[in-house]
Amino acid sequence: MSVDVARRPRPVGTSSVMQRTRAWISNPWGKPRWLIVFTLLYIAWCLIPVLIAVQFGFNEGRSRTAWQGFSLRWYFDDPNLSVWNDPSLRNALWQSLRLAAATMLVATPIGVGLALGLARWRGRGAKPANFLMLFPLITPEIVMGMALFIVFVYLFSFIGLGTQAQVLGHVTFTISYVVIIVRGRLFAIGGEYEQAAMDLGASPRQALRMVLLPMLAPAIWASLAIAFAISIDDFVISQFLKSDASTETIPTKLYSGLRLAPSPALNALASLLLAFSMLAITAAGLFLRRVRRREGRRGSAAEELARLDI
Amino acid sequence: MAGSAEVYSRRRWTWPAFAAPGLIWLILLFLVPFYAILAVAMGRQDPIFNQSVPIWNPVQWDPGIFGEVMSDIFSGQLGVIFVRTIAYVVIASLISLLIGYPVAYFVARHAGKRKVLYLVLILTPFWVPYLMRMLAWVNLLGTDGYVNDALMLVGLLDAPLEWLSGRSDTVVLGLIYGYVPFLILPLFAALDRIDESTIRAARDLGASPWQAFLRVTLPLSKQGTLAGLVIIMLPMFGDYYTNGLLSKSPNTRMVGNEIVLFIESGGGGSRGVALTVVLMAFVAVLMAYYLISVARATKESKA
Repeated sequence: MSVDVARRPRPVGTSSVMQRTRAWISNPWGKPRWLIVFTLLYIAWCLIPVLIAVQFGFNEGRSRTAWQGFSLRWYFDDPNLSVWNDPSLRNALWQSLRLAAATMLVATPIGVGLALGLARWRGRGAKPANFLMLFPLITPEIVMGMALFIVFVYLFSFIGLGTQAQVLGHVTFTISYVVIIVRGRLFAIGGEYEQAAMDLGASPRQALRMVLLPMLAPAIWASLAIAFAISIDDFVISQFLKSDASTETIPTKLYSGLRLAPSPALNALASLLLAFSMLAITAAGLFLRRVRRREGRRGSAAEELARLDI
Repeated sequence: MAGSAEVYSRRRWTWPAFAAPGLIWLILLFLVPFYAILAVAMGRQDPIFNQSVPIWNPVQWDPGIFGEVMSDIFSGQLGVIFVRTIAYVVIASLISLLIGYPVAYFVARHAGKRKVLYLVLILTPFWVPYLMRMLAWVNLLGTDGYVNDALMLVGLLDAPLEWLSGRSDTVVLGLIYGYVPFLILPLFAALDRIDESTIRAARDLGASPWQAFLRVTLPLSKQGTLAGLVIIMLPMFGDYYTNGLLSKSPNTRMVGNEIVLFIESGGGGSRGVALTVVLMAFVAVLMAYYLISVARATKESKA
């Protein structure tokens, strides 16, 4: 709204709209409506800055603050500075995807095994094992980053810093998320189905392979997607364990780039990161929805995702 | 589940064998690294090459570097930074709670048919990469950014403000923006679990909506609220990147920035590691609280 619009005499009806809005918000009989307004404002505050950042990745000019028209300059067209043509940016994209793919493929089977073990093992070691699994979720990342950094420099120096260390680090904090997703499913499934299979003559191994694993499949697919998203979003562990320019990931590149030489190409790079993260999490949501359908529960994958947090 | 006893017992080693790879992984790459930072923090600093020399045998641990760091905390520059970190984290967490609770409450209790839509909307920021969200604010808060433009248009500012050069309010805003979504989810879970009928009972017995909220909903959501606060305070205490992007100034340095500085400056490595151990000990209380509340929640859900 420009200044002279505000100076113009108010059109008739504006004040009654204001009054009506106020009456609607403070209506004491219905639902507490200020909560709706508050929630919508919160959602706008959360998402609009990100959308603006995505928009400036498509800016025609160099500015990250003034819109100069749409272009794909910062993605492809610029011969030196675009994500596609700047080797350091392209490499960061490649490194992030590579790490996330490797992390998901290593962390998921290990996590599924750990979940099976923890959900059914009734021995003396089960309780401490459970606690050990929870720790990576609540340890501040800087502490974990530092600990892993030290261990790869002084103790496992045959591995050293770099891509391998980054994968090992990412897997370490991703395992626990996989365990939580899969273990939740295991509790929901219970032991009856396997028991029935064994009563009908299946060996324990057959019951596991032919009954339990197919029932777990959607949760396992969801774990893969979530492990991918967690790895690609990670900044601190990648930062502590990187060795040289070739092991920069998108988040570490964003960090150094924003501090030294911001450019819309960073917005473009960040938007790509956002796209991959959202794709992965949407996939996870779809798999989890299948879980709920199969259990005959109504409701959505979003609810399933919302309860993931331990 | 009497019938399933056989599934759970099986052969004695079946289930531990499934868990073994994960446990070995966590021991080698989680527990051992923790021991390694202790060994470096309690080790020596080689004065000639300026390198950390870890001491692996706890009997020979040398508290020298640790002592230096501790005395700097109690009577030096690091003390200021610790107090500042605590202040930032406490303020940011409380404001996050003021923002997060109404939102979680609305989605859990009053969103009605649109609940799923709202859930998706409050889940989205959770999965937007953290650095991307900070980048958004670096753009908006720039000298000629939208925030300055908007504030000048409304007349609140006469000249653009340098939001990004060492302002505490900017850093606290960044922390709030960064961590509110992580608080809303546990809050939502806690509020969503409350049985609608308990609130209806309170209303039927004559409580006003406000009384019902204060006497029923609020106490029932206390556990989830505290757990949610802990969940966002833990990473905030170790945060250095929010500050690094939104301020870069020594005036707003937090403990995490100090740790990273020790590492980057070279030579001070051991002190950075010792400071990490101190930070870890400091947040251990919060972590213990969280683990206890998780254990209690699992016990209750089994009962």
